[in-house]
Amino acid sequence: MEIIKDGHVVTNDWRHLSDDEVLPEQAITVSVQRWKSEKDRLLTGGVPLGLRLNSDDSLEELAADLGFFSIIVLEFRKFTDGRSFSLARLLRERYGFDRELRARGDFLRDQIFFLSRVGINAFEPNGSANLQEMLPALQEFSVKYQAAVDVKEPLYRRRK
Amino acid sequence: MYQYDNYDQTLVNERAAQFRNQTERFLKGELSEAQFLPLRLMNGLYVQKHAPMLRIAIPYGLLASRQLRMLAHIARTYDKGYGHFTTRQNIQFNWPKLEDVPNVLAELATVQMHAIQTSGNCIRNVTSDHLAGVSQDELEDPRPYCEIIRQWSTLHPEFSFLPRKFKIAINGAAKDRAATQLHDIGLQLVKNERDEVGFEVLVGGGLGRTPIIGVTIRPFLEKKHLLSYLEAILRVYNRYGRRDNKFKARIKILVKELGKEKFTEMVEAEWAAIKDNLLLDLEEIERIRKFFQPPPYETLTDDPPLLEKTAHDSRFAAWFRHNTVPHKVPGYRVVFLSLKTPGKPPGDLTESQMDSVADLADRYSFGEIRVTHTQNLVLADVKQADLLELWQEIQALGLATPNIGTATDIICCPGLDFCSLANATSIPIANGIQHIFDNLDYLYDLGDIRINISGCMNGCGHHTVGHIGILGVDKKGEEWYQITLGGSSGKDASLGERLGPSVSKEQICLAVEAIFQTYRDQRLEDEAFLETVRRIGMRPFQERVYGDN
Ligand code: HEM
Ligand code: SF4
Repeated sequence: MEIIKDGHVVTNDWRHLSDDEVLPEQAITVSVQRWKSEKDRLLTGGVPLGLRLNSDDSLEELAADLGFFSIIVLEFRKFTDGRSFSLARLLRERYGFDRELRARGDFLRDQIFFLSRVGINAFEPNGSANLQEMLPALQEFSVKYQAAVDVKEPLYRRRK
Repeated sequence: MYQYDNYDQTLVNERAAQFRNQTERFLKGELSEAQFLPLRLMNGLYVQKHAPMLRIAIPYGLLASRQLRMLAHIARTYDKGYGHFTTRQNIQFNWPKLEDVPNVLAELATVQMHAIQTSGNCIRNVTSDHLAGVSQDELEDPRPYCEIIRQWSTLHPEFSFLPRKFKIAINGAAKDRAATQLHDIGLQLVKNERDEVGFEVLVGGGLGRTPIIGVTIRPFLEKKHLLSYLEAILRVYNRYGRRDNKFKARIKILVKELGKEKFTEMVEAEWAAIKDNLLLDLEEIERIRKFFQPPPYETLTDDPPLLEKTAHDSRFAAWFRHNTVPHKVPGYRVVFLSLKTPGKPPGDLTESQMDSVADLADRYSFGEIRVTHTQNLVLADVKQADLLELWQEIQALGLATPNIGTATDIICCPGLDFCSLANATSIPIANGIQHIFDNLDYLYDLGDIRINISGCMNGCGHHTVGHIGILGVDKKGEEWYQITLGGSSGKDASLGERLGPSVSKEQICLAVEAIFQTYRDQRLEDEAFLETVRRIGMRPFQERVYGDN
């Protein structure tokens, strides 16, 4: 399976483990629930770990654990639910998470420009989206008024 | 007026191109209805009863004459020859074809106009006082802040998929002409005890089916913190606003459910974490302020012959008295163009009227027009010496009905005539009420009365804050009307109180007339309608409208 990462279509090397699957010998992401209940076992499993966050999961509770993860996956259950846009920004700006931040699930091509601006660098859409055709949407706008994760200064400081 | 530079222009061009692509994908079946919906809404495109409805942004109600000419062109070319100015200082077209909308947007972009965020669950077009910069009661011109917020909120990456729509209004005057207490965020320019100017921040106001008056969560915010504070409020709302029920998704419900103290605490905590990284530069405020410098006024004195002219012609005198207000610069006056000609849909303007108004603005008012939230237009900078001549021209256009602020200056939503959500017609009710006044003396005798009509409880016509509010309700397929009294959207904001059972379409105008009569019988000398209602309460009005039994 392929995903978009850092502006390119690449192979996905993470397995999103459900809560009742046995641990494989492979890089995995787990739900917050599984992380909380099996933290010790997961940490000694010897495989790279990722965390999957739903839009209503409490980031504040997990802040101390973020260092254990090589990837955080923000799950989009509904493309109109914009909470994860704030979570992404907080992860990057407040909690300093600097590894892969991935959007997964129900989001639109038309949202990936916004998502990339709040710090998401990988995209794993539902179903059979044509990833190559999606790429230009990352550059749909060349003008960015506000400071966000991608540009630290508002446009007015960059205006010539 | 703010002038677009290359960046602003590029953005509207890119937006028009993006929407063309989205529309094409939808028409080809690559986007589903459900996927296209929020995308088109964020571009002001509804699908209505007869056709799509396109809402075009007029940021804080300010229009250049060339922009108004473009709106005339759009009305002529893509619509049925008219447009409808709204309570949010925007304009709506009721008949464009979906396939044409990309072209409409491309044409609008050539005059720096667009439909960005005029609908959808994002930060909507910022609104303000239509007398900004010219009124005598102003602490500071709010428009530079409107423009700063416009830029900050346009395509905001974090806040484009909020639980619900989000509206911000700013007022800089002593009088509140922007209904700041009825917005998700209201900003009032105030002075602190050290004589510095900043913002009082109100949150959680709104109309619709649960009307609520906003509460002050910060009595004074320094200017440099404007954007960080907005960002903090929006982030709290985005994360914790209810998304399970669209009727409970507004920030007013969050504020109510958490309580003002808890909500304020959350905002302040969020703000504390970001405020030093997101300072608004004072130089930037100055740079934007330069775009709103006063136009090159002549050095004049107030015009004494004007009084003579008004003495000569009683019709001019009535227009002067009701449709113009004082200007802060000697020798000038502010002119209202009434879009409330009896018998016409309130807020409508035809394409030829649009062209003519644009010409008048060029000749008499530095090429600028403003849209009021009461659905009229304003020429803000007219020389007093030109008033008689201007009046004659406006009269010829049918825009000189001398009724601003009176009972025939009605705010009215499109209702059943255009809107698929409506329970009842509203435009014919407005016309019916206007019809009561074949005699202008009677109209003037009633003084200032704000009558607001909505065709359903979404409240597009602001019925809950009308001195007299009229709400269309559906009773077994028939149109009925609920009356409220005592609402206001000004400094003394209040929600109207229900008068009693709803009345039938046949009875509604009679009921309104009975309300007028009661006021005339009960008022004290010089007492305005709203004051009388507040003093004597509902009872006398109920007795008159419903009879004693
Ligand atoms: C025919 C097209 C229209 C449709 C489909 C429409 C739809 C809606 C809906 C669904 C709401 C409900 C908002 C809520 O629940 O909070 C609403 C509110 C509102 N609309 Fe409209 N509307 C239309 C035309 C207008 C017009 C013509 C105006 C101005 C005259 C207007 C101004 C407003 C305002 C001010 C609100 C109140 C929002 C608030 O502060 O709570 N709308 N509209
Ligand atoms: S108040 Fe209701 S009827 Fe009137 S425009 Fe709004 S949604 Fe339509």
